[in-house]
Amino acid sequence: MAAPTPPRPGLYYPKLPATWWLKRPGYVRFMLREITSVFIAIFLVVLLVQIRRAGQGPEAWAALLGTLASPGWIVFHVVALAFAIYHSITWFQATGVVQVVRLGERTLPAALVVGGAFAGWIVASAVILAFFVARG
Amino acid sequence: MSRETITLEVTRYAAGQDREPRLESFTVPYQEDWVVLDALNYIKDQVDGSLSFRWSCRMGVCGSCGMMVNGVPRLTCAAFLRDHRPGPIRVEPLANFPVIRDLVISMDDFMDKLRRVKPWIIRDAERPVAEGEYRQSPAQLDAFKQFSMCINCVLCYAACPVYGIEPLFLGPAATALAHRYNMDSRDEGYRFRAPVIADSVGVWECTFIGECSVVCPKGVDPAAAIQRSKLASATDWARSVLMPWGGRGGDR
Amino acid sequence: MARTTEPLWWLLFSVGGVVAAILVPVHLFVHALAVPLGWIPMSQASMAALVAHPLVKLYLFVLIALPLYHWAHRFRFVLEDLGLHGLRTLLAVLCYGAAIVGTVVTAWVLLAA
Repeated sequence: MAAPTPPRPGLYYPKLPATWWLKRPGYVRFMLREITSVFIAIFLVVLLVQIRRAGQGPEAWAALLGTLASPGWIVFHVVALAFAIYHSITWFQATGVVQVVRLGERTLPAALVVGGAFAGWIVASAVILAFFVARG
Repeated sequence: MSRETITLEVTRYAAGQDREPRLESFTVPYQEDWVVLDALNYIKDQVDGSLSFRWSCRMGVCGSCGMMVNGVPRLTCAAFLRDHRPGPIRVEPLANFPVIRDLVISMDDFMDKLRRVKPWIIRDAERPVAEGEYRQSPAQLDAFKQFSMCINCVLCYAACPVYGIEPLFLGPAATALAHRYNMDSRDEGYRFRAPVIADSVGVWECTFIGECSVVCPKGVDPAAAIQRSKLASATDWARSVLMPWGGRGGDR
Repeated sequence: MARTTEPLWWLLFSVGGVVAAILVPVHLFVHALAVPLGWIPMSQASMAALVAHPLVKLYLFVLIALPLYHWAHRFRFVLEDLGLHGLRTLLAVLCYGAAIVGTVVTAWVLLAA
């Protein structure tokens, strides 16, 4: 379907520098948005380790919690939380762009779609937090 | 009487003379109501007639005068000198395109991609004139109107790093125009455009950076067109995998 | 029609992105900050009892495995955008492969818990 056109003589073919993403604020924000996925993935591995430790006795569990309570890990997870929230915000905004909700002939305004997603996020988070607080 | 002036740093490139583009400085009069295009025309008229650049309507509807102004893709007929004071203002050819001469780029690749998406109404059978016109409600018009505002200025391609990295990428404007026709209630040609969209260098190279929509001078929002095309294409794909016996290939 | 598998990875990326957007922040706060710092008490026995429940295992599988595909897709394209575009096939294999391995490990840990 797509075939590369051979370069024509006399034309200058510019090359995109590897630092292109530093040239505009929009590009930098894009890169930050993309690396949120790295922090999220690392936390999920930590969570998986936590689940494993829960089945390996109280000493293993306490040791892991001790490690996670160290300043380095706390700082990492605070940063990770900030990135996770940035992912959520940018994701719901993108949802308004991608998902067109049609009711008969009319289209729901994007702001409503985004608002609904944010509301769902807040409610789900509150319910989950309440569950863990009540359980403890 | 001394006149206020401003400096422009303009790319010069001529095959045979230059191995690569270079910047040349020009001092032009500063006028409150001048745009960069006025400054370029001053240079061509009064200073160096060999300066080459495209322009036409000078009012933002033809899409001819796109260039990089201080690193940002702009229509030079809409970029005011007063917004770039004190200067110098750097004027370069649109990024990600081959340079023919000075500020003139080759649009061949875009034109090729535009043809490939078949940007016209496709119908299985044309309605005879006697049956009357195709009628569209305001809501049906709304479904595609925004994407029809594209003036093919290709600022979006200049803003898209993916196009710079992968020249085969279909790109913002071509996808937006494919989407414009797919969303038109008069059109029945979705299945002809679908393979171009669904190709690995169709929409799938896009990482939703979104700068294309930021620089678009006509509010087309090609990023939205691409993301919606991804959803449509992925839905088609899922249907073809889960229900391979399916009927007509691809519906809106 | 399936001339490319890109739609599959994009769909997984999208679902993983939704899961991550809605569920990860609160779980990160609870498990990586509140519990280690003692703001929310969670003993080993309490956690073990929680993850023993089959519905909880299913929930945790969705929470952990799906965003791995979100990471894989985004990370692969970041590397491509940073200049490794020529290695796109290798990057795809490594990234999606890692997500698949992660999915298997997640299932194994949850089933054993």
